Amino acid sequence: MKFTFIVFTLLLSGCQLEPWVKPYERDNLADPIMAFSRDAASSTYMHHVYQAREGARGAEGGGGGGCGCN
Amino acid sequence: MVQKAAAAVVAVVIKKMKISKMLRPSNPVTAVLFLLMVTSVQSAVLPEDRTEALYHRYEGGGMVIDGPSVLVRKAVAEKFSVSANYYIDNVSAASIDVLANASPYIEKRNEYTLGLDYLTQKTTVSTSFTNSTENDYEANTAYLGVSQDFFGDLSSLNIGYAKGWDTVGKRGDLNFEEHINRHNFKVDWTQVLTKNWIASIGVNTVTDEGYLNNPYRVVRILDPSTGLGFRYQTEVYPETRTTTAVAIRTMYYLPYRASIKFEARKFGGTWGIESSNYELAYIHPYGDHWIFEGKFRSYSQTEADFYRDLIDPTDPSQNTQFVARDKEMSAFSNISYGFGVSYEKEFNSPGIFKKFGVTLNMDFFSFEFDNFRNVLVHDTNPGEYAVGQEPLYAFDATVTRLFFSIWY
Repeated sequence: MKFTFIVFTLLLSGCQLEPWVKPYERDNLADPIMAFSRDAASSTYMHHVYQAREGARGAEGGGGGGCGCN
Repeated sequence: MVQKAAAAVVAVVIKKMKISKMLRPSNPVTAVLFLLMVTSVQSAVLPEDRTEALYHRYEGGGMVIDGPSVLVRKAVAEKFSVSANYYIDNVSAASIDVLANASPYIEKRNEYTLGLDYLTQKTTVSTSFTNSTENDYEANTAYLGVSQDFFGDLSSLNIGYAKGWDTVGKRGDLNFEEHINRHNFKVDWTQVLTKNWIASIGVNTVTDEGYLNNPYRVVRILDPSTGLGFRYQTEVYPETRTTTAVAIRTMYYLPYRASIKFEARKFGGTWGIESSNYELAYIHPYGDHWIFEGKFRSYSQTEADFYRDLIDPTDPSQNTQFVARDKEMSAFSNISYGFGVSYEKEFNSPGIFKKFGVTLNMDFFSFEFDNFRNVLVHDTNPGEYAVGQEPLYAFDATVTRLFFSIWY
């Protein structure tokens, strides 16, 4: 328990104090071309296409709980 | 300035909470929760105020499904963001499943979603409700999710739960009414790895309970006494299903202004279907206003334990309690490639609207089935193929998305 606590504390406090990517280094990450999903309505629609045609479902990324429609 | 103010707030919180006492190993959970709370220097942000108007079209395998989708999102009182989505599917169905034992049909599906996001420091609480109606099906989904940024905003944890309750009907049978309950749990972790690299892992488990059949789908049973040599019988699905999917996604910003995206997903469940899919995309801006995108995706799955293309009634191993012949339950694979082009431009004059964008995406799919045979050849080429020796089914499909966005 103590070990877990120490690991968590070091991890959290350490990362808090020294994030390895500084805020001023995040220009590239903030570029719209680095978004996993740039357009919500369009991405949701593609998930629906996949779910309707394929046996798999879930872990598509993005928010929401999907729709149970067939 | 903001960081100084945040540091001052943290100092006050530490003082008020007597942190030296809280951080004793005897109370580690509280300490960890506290650290999670005070690691905030920058706050999370709400989604952008934006309206998207999408026209979507799926065409392939005898199906044409198209319609609009309009998504409106607006921040309220700085901490809230409300969203509304109206989506329509106009379905013209003449797929192989329909043609084999029924008549082509036309139907419409309406879907409404209302959502609310609440932002406090670096925690975002999201909730939404979705209602979908067809003439023979109604689906409701309520969602609650919490997203938390920490580690100096390099990490984001998103936990969500959705409950769904559906009512299943059947055309031509007013007395037919069945129900489905769904529970959907998901956890996503997104991590900034370097100033050019971001990755995400997500786990999603879904359970269903109730009438999971498609009431129109049938299985094929060998029967030499009939003209075709086989007859059809209603499918029988299990009344429960639990599935789990795990996905990783990663994006990398290239040395010049462009990015690549890779995604992999593994899926499994109690019905025996196991699948994997992989996607690779390249996004390349041109000038200040254009963004081009190309992608390739592959998908493959094994069949459900109770999938049968043709049941031999004399074979006990094929006459199981549950039987299905949905092609989505069979073993198959598909590949697709797609491209997209976007044009975005900011408005020169100050006003309500900040920017607009137009995007066209097209995706081309090829499906190949490993054990779902094309029974329509008995109509198109009578007598040419023996029962159970028909060619395997395959089809191509095209998906088009054209949408207009405006930011305000």
